[in-house]
Formats: sequence, C-alpha cells, structure tokens
Amino acid sequence: MTQLATETVNQIPSSDSAPLLEIRDLEVGFRTQRGIVPAVRGVSLTLYPGQTLAIVGESGSGKTTTAQAIIKLLAGTGQVTAGQILFEGRDLTTLTAAEMQNVRGRQIGYVPQDPMSNLNPVWNIGFQVAEAIRANSDLRGKALKQRTIEVLQEAGLSDAADRLKQYPHQFSGGMRQRVLIGIGLSARPKLLIADEPTSALDVTVQRQILDHLATLTRDYGTSVLFITHDLGLAAERAEQLVVMYKGRVVESGPSQEILSNPQHPYTQRLVAAAPSLASRRIQSKKNEDAPATEIFSAGGTDTALIRRATERELAASGKDLISVEGITKMYRIRKSGLRYTELLAVNDVSFGVKKGTTTAIVGESGSGKSTVAKLILQLESTTSGRIEFDGQDVAGLTGRDLLKFRRRVQPVFQDPYGSLDPQYNVGNTIAEPLLAHKIGTKKERQKRVLELLDQVSLPASTQFRYPSELSGGQRQRIAIARALALKPDVLVLDEAVSALDVLVQGQILNLLTELQTELGLTYLFITHDLAVVRLVADNVCVMQKGRIVEAASTDEVFDNPHEVYTQELLAAIPGANFEFGR
Amino acid sequence: MPSKNHGAQPHFVAALDDTPLVAIDRLDETAKARSTWADAWDSMRRRPTFWMSSGLILLIVLVALFPTWFASVSPTQCQLSDSNGSPQSGHPLGFTFQGCDIYSRIIFGTSASVTVGILAAAIVTLFGLIVGALAGYYGGFLDAIVSRIGDIFFAVPTVLGAIVLLSVLPDRTPVVIALVISIFAWPQVARIMRGAVLTARSSDYVVASVALGVSRFKILLRHVIPNAIAPVIVIATVSLGTFIVAEATLSFLGIGLGPGTMSWGRDIGEAQTSIRTSPQVLLYPSIALSLTVLAFLMLGDVLRDALDPQARARR
Amino acid sequence: MLWYTGKRLLQMIPVFFGATFLIYFMVFSLPGDPIAALYGERPPSPAVIAQIRAEYNLDRPFIVQYLLYIGNFFQGDLGTTYSGRSVSDVMASAFPITARLAMLALAFEALFGILVGLIAGLRKGKLFDASALVVSLLLISVPTFVIGFVLQFVFGVQLDWARTTVSGAAPWDQLILPALVLASVSFAYIVRLTRASVSDNLNADFVRTATAKGLSRPRVVTVHVLRNSLVPVITFLGVDIGSLMVGAIVTEGIFNINGVGGTVFKAIRLGEGPTVVSFIAVMVVIFVLANLLVDLLYAALDPRIRYAK
Repeated sequence: MTQLATETVNQIPSSDSAPLLEIRDLEVGFRTQRGIVPAVRGVSLTLYPGQTLAIVGESGSGKTTTAQAIIKLLAGTGQVTAGQILFEGRDLTTLTAAEMQNVRGRQIGYVPQDPMSNLNPVWNIGFQVAEAIRANSDLRGKALKQRTIEVLQEAGLSDAADRLKQYPHQFSGGMRQRVLIGIGLSARPKLLIADEPTSALDVTVQRQILDHLATLTRDYGTSVLFITHDLGLAAERAEQLVVMYKGRVVESGPSQEILSNPQHPYTQRLVAAAPSLASRRIQSKKNEDAPATEIFSAGGTDTALIRRATERELAASGKDLISVEGITKMYRIRKSGLRYTELLAVNDVSFGVKKGTTTAIVGESGSGKSTVAKLILQLESTTSGRIEFDGQDVAGLTGRDLLKFRRRVQPVFQDPYGSLDPQYNVGNTIAEPLLAHKIGTKKERQKRVLELLDQVSLPASTQFRYPSELSGGQRQRIAIARALALKPDVLVLDEAVSALDVLVQGQILNLLTELQTELGLTYLFITHDLAVVRLVADNVCVMQKGRIVEAASTDEVFDNPHEVYTQELLAAIPGANFEFGR
Repeated sequence: MPSKNHGAQPHFVAALDDTPLVAIDRLDETAKARSTWADAWDSMRRRPTFWMSSGLILLIVLVALFPTWFASVSPTQCQLSDSNGSPQSGHPLGFTFQGCDIYSRIIFGTSASVTVGILAAAIVTLFGLIVGALAGYYGGFLDAIVSRIGDIFFAVPTVLGAIVLLSVLPDRTPVVIALVISIFAWPQVARIMRGAVLTARSSDYVVASVALGVSRFKILLRHVIPNAIAPVIVIATVSLGTFIVAEATLSFLGIGLGPGTMSWGRDIGEAQTSIRTSPQVLLYPSIALSLTVLAFLMLGDVLRDALDPQARARR
Repeated sequence: MLWYTGKRLLQMIPVFFGATFLIYFMVFSLPGDPIAALYGERPPSPAVIAQIRAEYNLDRPFIVQYLLYIGNFFQGDLGTTYSGRSVSDVMASAFPITARLAMLALAFEALFGILVGLIAGLRKGKLFDASALVVSLLLISVPTFVIGFVLQFVFGVQLDWARTTVSGAAPWDQLILPALVLASVSFAYIVRLTRASVSDNLNADFVRTATAKGLSRPRVVTVHVLRNSLVPVITFLGVDIGSLMVGAIVTEGIFNINGVGGTVFKAIRLGEGPTVVSFIAVMVVIFVLANLLVDLLYAALDPRIRYAK
C-alpha cells in the first residue's frame, strides 16, 4: 500500500523530508557449512536526495557488503536475512529479479573498487559503455554511439571518439576508473554507489577523479554513497558519515561533527590514527600523552629519547651510512616487432642516509622509487652511478662480501601475503636468514626466534603457525622479525605498511619507531603515502619519473615545499587540511 | 524520524555494550596451527571420493602385485572347447574366444596396465618436473632451448608418436611401452611445472630470500619447488590414468604389448570378433580397464580440489 | 594481429621441421635395420626392399635422407603404401571422409560440451551439475574403443538403429554414430573445462559490474560469462585435435571406415610399417597446422593476446 503511494509521489524532485535511501536494521549473512555467518548486523542509515554519505570502516567491517546488498549484488552465498532497504520508499529487498534489473543502472548506479578487474577484458570500451546505455534507454544506432562518446567525455576522456575501439588493457588505471564512473552515471541515476572508487590509484589521479565525480554528481543532483577505508577522504568528500566496525554501525552523523568530536571509542581510535599533514613524527615519548594508548603502546622512556636525540645529532654531523651518487637504471622493454624502447626507471639519483635516521623516498607509481630500493638491496644492478654502504662500493660485491652486505641491509616488502613462503611456518621463516648465514646452533637459533617474536610483540606460540593463519599486520611483523634476525644496520621498507588497515598501520609504524630507538636502526622508507612519511621520516626525497625532484628534511618538505610537484602531492592527500579532533 | 533539515542528521553513537572493542590485530592463540599440506589433507579426507578412489587403487595395486591371491585358474591354459563359453563354477565370467578364463585373464592382465601407467607417470613427472623447474627458474638460454624442444615433442600427439616408434621396436615389454609413452608425454608436465615455477620465482618471498643471502639453488629447492609442485602432483595422478588408456589403445591396435604379455587392451581388441555373439568377452576387461582409469582420475580430481586453494574456495 | 600471426608462423617453422625430423629419426636412425623392423615378422621381397631403400635414400647419410624426404614432402610426394599406391592418392580419397567425421565430432563436442558445461557452471552444486561431473568423469575413464564397441553393440546390434560398419562412400548419416564415439571423451573434457571457467567468470568483478549496469541476466550470462569462458575452451581444442586423430584411428577401425584413420588402423594390424609412418607424418603436420589455426582463433577471441608484444 504505502509502497504504491510513494512510487507515485517520488516524482517530485528532492523533497526535503523524504529520504532517497533508508536502510533499516539490515542484517546480511553468508551461508557456510557451519550455518549463516553474519557480516552486517543491524545497520541503519539514511541518505537524502543530493547528499553524499560515506561509510567508513576497515577491511571486514561490512561496508562493502552493505553497499552490495542495496543493489542485490552480494557475492557468493550472501543474503539479506532481515531488515529493509527503502529506496524512494520502495523496499528493494522484496523486489523480483526483473524489477531489480530496472533499478540497477537506471536508478542506482554503481562504481566498483578495482578498475583493473571490473571491465571485461574481451570487449572494447565502446561496447561496454554502449551496452549500459542501451540497457537503460531507448537510444540505438547513431544516437547510441553519440551518447557513448558523450558519456566518456563527461567522465573525462577527451579523446573518447577515437578510443571506443580500444580494449581495457590499453587503458591506464585512472582512465579505466573514468570509464567505470561514466558507466555508473550514464543513465543519470538518482543514487550512485561508489565502492572505494579510487583506492587503487595514485593520489594525484585520485584527486582529479574525485573532483570530477563531485562535479558530475552535483550537476546531475545525484546522491552518492561512498564506501571508503580512508577517514580523510570521507571527511573531505561527504557531509554524512557512517562508521562501521565488525558489521555494526558504531557512529553516524554529520562528518564535521564526528571527526571533530568522535564519541565512540572506535571512532576515536580511527580519528587518532588517521595520518594527516598536521601530525608529527612519532616519538617514543608520545606514548604517555597519546589519546589512545593502544596505538602508541608503552615502551619508550625518556632516557631512550635522549639517547636517540644524541645519536641523531651525532649522525647529522657524521658521514652518510648509505650514499647514493648519480645512479641510473635503464630497462629495455620490447615493443611489438623487434623494436625496443629504453625506459629510464631511475635517472641520475643521488642522496645520502645518515646512521640512525629514516629517509623516505616518496613517489607515485612508475616514479622509480621501488627500483631505487632494489638497486640499494643489490637485487638489481645499476646501469651507472655509485652506491656506497659504510664507505664501501657495493656494486659488484660477490660471494662472501655480498653475503656480509646482505647481513647488514635487510628488506621488508609491501605485500604481507606474498613475502612469506606459505609452506614455511613462522619459526622456520624467521630462522632462515640465520641458517643461510650459518649462525648458531639449532638451540641458539630457536632462542633467537623467540627473542625476535618478542621484539615484534607476538606471542611465542606464533612460531608454529603458518602465514595463511595470520592477518596482514601479523605477517608484516613476521617479515620485520625475519629482517631483524641478522641484526642488520639498515632496513629497506618498500611500501611496508601500505597494504594495512589504518589502525594496524599505526601499530606497525610505532613498532618500527621503537625498534629504531632500541636498536639504532637506519630506515630507508619507500612509500607512495605522504601522510605516513610525516609520521616516520627525518628526511624526504620526492621522486617523479625516475628523478628526485625535491630532497630535504621532512619538516621543510611539508611546511615549505619548493617544487610544484611536491605541492601537488601534498594537496592531493585526502583530508590533508582537515581538522581532526585529537 | 529524520529531521526536516537533512543537513543536520542526528549524531548517532552506538552503545559500547553492543559494539565491544577488540584489541587491534590480536592473534588468536587458541586456533590450531595448520600447514597448507595439513589443510589439503583435511579437505581430502572429508570427501568420500577420496576414500573410494584410494581404496580402489590399493586393491588394483595388490592385484597387480599378487595376482595369485585373487585367481587360482591359469589364464593361459585354454581349451578351444570352451570358446566364448558362459560362466560356470570356478569361471565366474566365462571364457574368451580362445577358451581362456576371462576372470583370470583380467586379474593377470592388471600388472601390465598398472606397470605401464605407474612407470610412465613416474618418468614423465620426474623428468618434466626437473626440466620444467630448471627452465623456469634459470630462464634465459636454457629455458629457450628446453621450451623449443618441448614444443617439438608436444607437436607429436603421444599415441601417434608411440605408434611410429613402436612400429620399429621389436621388443615391446611394459618398460619399453612406458618409455615410449614418456618420450612424447613429458612436455606437458614440464610446461605446467615451468609455469608454476615462474609464478613462484617472482614472488616476494623468493626475493626476500635472495636479499637474506640464501643461495639461488637452495631457494629453488626450499621455496620454489615446494610451492610449485601441487599442480604437478595433480597432473601426475591424472596422467597415470590417461597412460593406462594409451597403453590399452596401443595394445588394442596391436602395436602395444607383445604377444607374450597379457593385457586388457589386447584382450579387448581380440574380443572384437565375438562382439555379436558373446559381448561379455569384451565387456569384462573393458570394465576392469575403465574402473582402473576412473580410480586415478577421481583421485586426481580430489587432489586438485585439495591442493588448489582457489578451487577449495570455490567449492 | 598481423604481428601476432607472423610470429606464430615463424614459431611454427622449427616445430614443423623438428617434429618431422623426430619421426624420421625414430624410424630410420635407430640401431638395427629399419626395413626389417618396419615389416616385423613378414619380410618383404628383395625387390620391395630395394624400392624402399631407394625411396627413403637409405644409402645416403642420414641428414641427406631427411632433407630429401622433406623436399619430397613439400612436392606432395608423401611416400608409397605397401600395396604400391602413393600416400597422396590414398589421402585424396580418405581425407574427405575423415574430415567429415572430424567435423561432425567437433560440432557435437563443442556444441553439447559447451552447453552442458554452461548449465552445470550456472547451476553449481545442483543435481544437474553433479550428474554432469559424474558422467564426464565416466566418459573420460572409458577408452574410446570401449565406447565404440558398446555403442556399436547397443545401437548397431541390439537396437539395429545404425549400421555397425560404414559403407565405402561414408555418407553423413552413417557417420553420426562414429562421430558420437569420437566426440565422447573430448565432450567430457569440454564440459569440465567450460563448467570451471563459467563458475570462475560468474564470480568475476566485471560480471558483477555488468549486472550493476542493469543488464538482463541472459545478456550477462551470454555476453560476459559465456563469451569469456570460450577462451580456454578454444585453447583446449588445439590440444584436442591430437586426441581426435588417435580417436579417428580407433573409431574408423571399429566402424570400418575408409578414412585416414581406418587406413592407418589396417596398416598397423597388417604390420605395414612404412604406410603407418607416412600417414602419421602427414597427421602430425596437420596437427601442427591445426594448432596454428587454433592459436589464431585464440588471439581473435582474446584481445590481450592479439595486442601482446
């Protein structure tokens, strides 16, 4: 009855009192052999016409499941077990498949997360866009093609007409995401669900695309439901915020209010951990007065801080531990035919790292930052230039000398799921470097493993576990423990915290800071994330297209960036200048 | 009810009792430690097909090793008076055209089929694994050479190549047949191993081991092969079945095992003449053959599901 | 695409020479007298031996023998059968029959294999899927010649719906039963491959996005799921042509069809080694060419391959 009534009424545009989308006590579960496992529990939210609402949460919080439940696209065995999803007053959970088909695309658009996997690789772009338009309109033939080009142009692909016949793999990630946004908005839906639409992209591209999306949705009066893990992004892009934790809504309301005055302890945690430009380098001393003691776990003392400060002063005047002079790395890339193109991945890069300090190398994908890490680790050879470690040229080290070098310079990689051998248990993984360098007896190695586990704050029983049983953060701890096994001087951290949820990331950054204080380690921190740099680095090198465009102390780079590119990077950090209530 | 002014939706805070906080990233110490192999075993042993196929394989191997435990009648003492005879006491399946006991011929024929299958699968797997692993791991010139040679052998379908080679080999024992099949079948295993090794080689844990100072060969043995071997185990099991079919086909054509060796394929081929009058002569060895192949294919299926985590997730 | 085609053609050359060389080497370079070995227990007359020695240039160095053989091969001289007919003559009359049989079999296995696989993949875990899995496993386990005999017995002898042997001209209708036999094993493989591929693609992100566009279920299934699932099936067909050839020898033997396979079958049974070798060399060359065709088809279906460097 009421549903029929609202269907006729909702023609009136953007009535202030009628919500566009109202979710009431939604429960979603996944059927497994052991019964239904709940993923979303009692979620309610309201979105009014023209508004933007962001659901924020970590992985596993149920935010994506909630979004997918709205348009009935739950993966696998997922099903709505209770609650209502009212879209313009009509309960979407009761619709038939055919009715739902009319809602999708036409009334609710969807922009998925990963631009790489969300376009069908065997159809060209024009086909995939036209298909969406055809399904939701009466346009055919020439008009359809015209509209396809229009949609792509609106989405920001200026040369759309020439690119219709191209395939997804010929597009960059940012361009694919533009196509997906174009598809999502092609039928001018009243609501757009954007599930982490930019998390796979570089910050500058992310900013462009989000700006563009904001313009489009404002022009069309589209409401947007944002799904994101990034509090800064949510704060910047949405008026309304819903914070989810373990399948439940812990806090919701106006973004400003929540961020400046978080009430729920979980939200407080999140707000405290969100890195922003306003944050300062983590010091062990901060432990005492930090708002959330769980993040900044106890450990450092004043004496440690003093020791560290003196060490750093000493180091500042001393010689560089790592000194890189004009290194260049050229790759030959085979093009079609017998032609090669030369790619200058690293172009005349020079910098120095002093003992006991952290130097961050920041850049977007393709900037050559990871190649620099590989060159320093001697995993690849330089085309030209010189890398010195502790006064010794490392190029061409072989045999015993190379082994000695490897003992002192250890890597930690980005992907915590890839850097541990799934067939090895944790104990064996950590003991492997000891075994490779023939250090100690079996018993001594065993003792050292326990010591290392303790250093990375994992219980001794972890040694019997396999990587598949551990979370991303725990794996990264194991990787750090393994790197520390040989008591190295330098850790090369290649995007070591990038794949982690923000709270876990905060935890690992703290651990790294403590270890640095305790063991006098030198870090080379490779990352794309400037906000993280602010938390851990003493010095920063900004890389772009294989070159270092700016190199200075962290404070200088953040407070007074000289280069346009650095300024752009800083401006692109979501929620960079947002006042977080801490 | 939502307020009129939707710019200021109420600030909702969940009761802490409903949403208790959990320590960040805490390790669940109560769970049992599980290796990937233990996981695979767990998922296998819960499937009835695993027990069915491995039970059947055990029985077949026993029959192949100790045929006299299962049959007391000689398979070669045949009387033409019994030609195509129906079952009678002591001869449960009747007689062949030559008047031999069918049951006993099936029991004594097991050994040849199983020997060829197991031997060929062992040779192909071992050779393919080593060649594929070395080619994939060391790459470069070695890889190019091995891959091109593999392409050439791959271009000759196994049974076709075997027909040619066997037509010039006078002495066709089970070992010879197994070797001949292996010559043309190894590239498949080598290709699969090479692919798996390439994937494992580029993984971060291998790079990490290099940076830790582990030697290249040790990395191959300790990290790369253990992580690449699962698909090879699966293909080895499945090919065992297909090699038994290949042997039977060759023997059926009359170019497989020599006249001195008892073989199902050969018996089926010879039964062709009696198909109209006494189909059972053809039927029983066919059933024995098919069941044997089925057992290995089923086991291969179960292994694939257990060893391939993706397949496990899909189920 | 042009570059890809050229590359595949170039890659085929060493494979072509390698494979023919391999066969030639196996037959004529192994220790012992190849002619004696080829004829086994039935040694031919001295005249025939002399003819064969001349034909295969057995008195010349091995590599010359091979090159002359290949030269002849390119001129269409594929050798001579035991009865003195040239292989190319026999091929001319036998090949069309085998081609008909193979086309029928391919049509059966592709059509029904993909259809059954698609339904099974869409209805994963349901009764249809479970039965398709069991039936396909059984079909793979039962060798072609057993299936051949069983179908021959059931349809030819018991029900009398079809002829147990095919007449010399081998018209289409008589080839239906043999084609079913020939297609059976590959049908089972295609069912399994399609099923796995369909169920993978069903969970693919781009399928979810296609649904989110507002496309109808049939359109999503055909245009996105099925279309993408065809790619691995096509690659399988390349390898499968080899087993079709072996299957053709067996099937044509059982149904007494005068195709290429039947000729080889008879030659093997009669111990006519040279005939067998000549025909199989031709079959291997056809296999290599067919694989080239499949590779090109694969590239046509998957743009990522087509545009690969």
